Amino acid sequence: MATHRPVPTPDHESAEFWRRVASHALAFQRCLACRAFRFYPRALCPECLSDRAEWVAASGRGTVYSFTVCHRPASEAFAAATPYIVALVDLAEGVRLLTNLVDCAPTEARVGMPVTLDYDDVGDGVSLYKVSPVRP
Amino acid sequence: MSGGFDGALVGVAESDLGRVPGKTAIQLAAEASARALADAGLGKADVDGLFTFGFGRMGSVQFGEYLKIRPRYSDSSFMGGATPVAFVGHAAAAISAGLCQVALVCYGSTQASDAARRLGGAPEDARQPSSQYERPFGLPTPLGAYALAATRHMAVYGTTSEQLAEIAVATRKWAALNPVAMMRDPITIEDVLASPVIASPLHRLDCCLVTDGGGALVITTRERARDLAKPPIAVLGVAETHTHQIISQMPDLTVTGAALTGPRALAMAGLRPGDVDVTEIYDSFTITVLLTLEDLGFCKKGEGGAFVAKQRTAPGGDFPLNTQGGGLSYCHPGVFGIFTVIEGVRQLRGECGPRQVANARVALCHGTGGVLSASGTAILGRA
Repeated sequence: MATHRPVPTPDHESAEFWRRVASHALAFQRCLACRAFRFYPRALCPECLSDRAEWVAASGRGTVYSFTVCHRPASEAFAAATPYIVALVDLAEGVRLLTNLVDCAPTEARVGMPVTLDYDDVGDGVSLYKVSPVRP
Repeated sequence: MSGGFDGALVGVAESDLGRVPGKTAIQLAAEASARALADAGLGKADVDGLFTFGFGRMGSVQFGEYLKIRPRYSDSSFMGGATPVAFVGHAAAAISAGLCQVALVCYGSTQASDAARRLGGAPEDARQPSSQYERPFGLPTPLGAYALAATRHMAVYGTTSEQLAEIAVATRKWAALNPVAMMRDPITIEDVLASPVIASPLHRLDCCLVTDGGGALVITTRERARDLAKPPIAVLGVAETHTHQIISQMPDLTVTGAALTGPRALAMAGLRPGDVDVTEIYDSFTITVLLTLEDLGFCKKGEGGAFVAKQRTAPGGDFPLNTQGGGLSYCHPGVFGIFTVIEGVRQLRGECGPRQVANARVALCHGTGGVLSASGTAILGRA
């Protein structure tokens, strides 16, 4: 999925998030007032409205909350990779994000499967996160 | 019913449906509006409340210009496919408060002729959350999000593809009884399962159609409704909510906003799920219907698969559902919520010919918008 893959266009609230992803160090904001983690990045805590937050590095451990095997690509950029797996992953920090489940046969994917975080460099200094099954 | 809540549906209509080349979206909305006003026995000059969206950035303003309607009350809200059902509530609230007396709700789309509906989803601002946190991973939108919900429901509750297929098959049987439905040839559960998987576990026949079309509703006071052309249908209860926009922000993929709006709307009407005679639910995908049935309280969470088994929702079954053939088989110009209300009204009037549900006195209409994001419920009854 390398060519013309859609990439994020960061804004003032997400620039730090994507900068950390580009350094292969996914991190989440944690509210300094109520201690809640949040994803996606926001200037205000959606729990308590505090604007004070710290960045906490993701542990990289998670489980598959759900997944879908895409047999029709969302766009031409994904045609060569089809079928590919899009998954919702619950990370140890308590946040859920959407990503790709890779190095996993479509028949192998399971809800609840433990996964580990990795990165794809997609050019122009942009990286994206992905997950793969934890292998013994 | 709560004290002082007014509102009766007095006119409903579709525009031409299907593939309607050579017409614009606003034209289809206007065509449906003219037909709905004629259905009510009202004229354009009677309209003093306007509820629409989707025509440029100021939907109701543009539509008002197009038909020279200068309303006392105007609403261009947009909550995806839930919007028209929510508009029934907005209009009834405005009417109850005396802010307008004749409300026009309308919608039109040429998404089929425009070939605008693609798996990548509608183009969004590059900085939108969907563009930053979903598009880079190739989630087909909205289909992929609904597929994620289906996978989760199957994993947690053991729901099967066969059970989802029951919904598509039953809905097609209703469409066969509707002369304006697009897809009227019978299908079997095996046909659904043999159709290509688009985003697992959803097959092509688990997915709604993509068509052109429009619809319109006319709502007024119950008092004024008594003297109009058709038997008035009372707005007994309404509720709306939204819980997230992008799928990673949905709290639990097996529970939709209908779990909030269904009980609220029924309580407002003073009714229970068992009092509903005919149910019209936005069926963007088969899983949407199954989740919504559970959330509205027709069965317990997780029991939707068993509930729809053995063609229970088909003509002749004991739970008439999506009696015009739904978005799966009748039409789907997007924003199907408006068609749930049109059919609910027609069923309560007794106008539905071969697909008429006998002695239908209470209808539940439910719209879902976005990726299970927004919900609107309306309970309608013979006035």
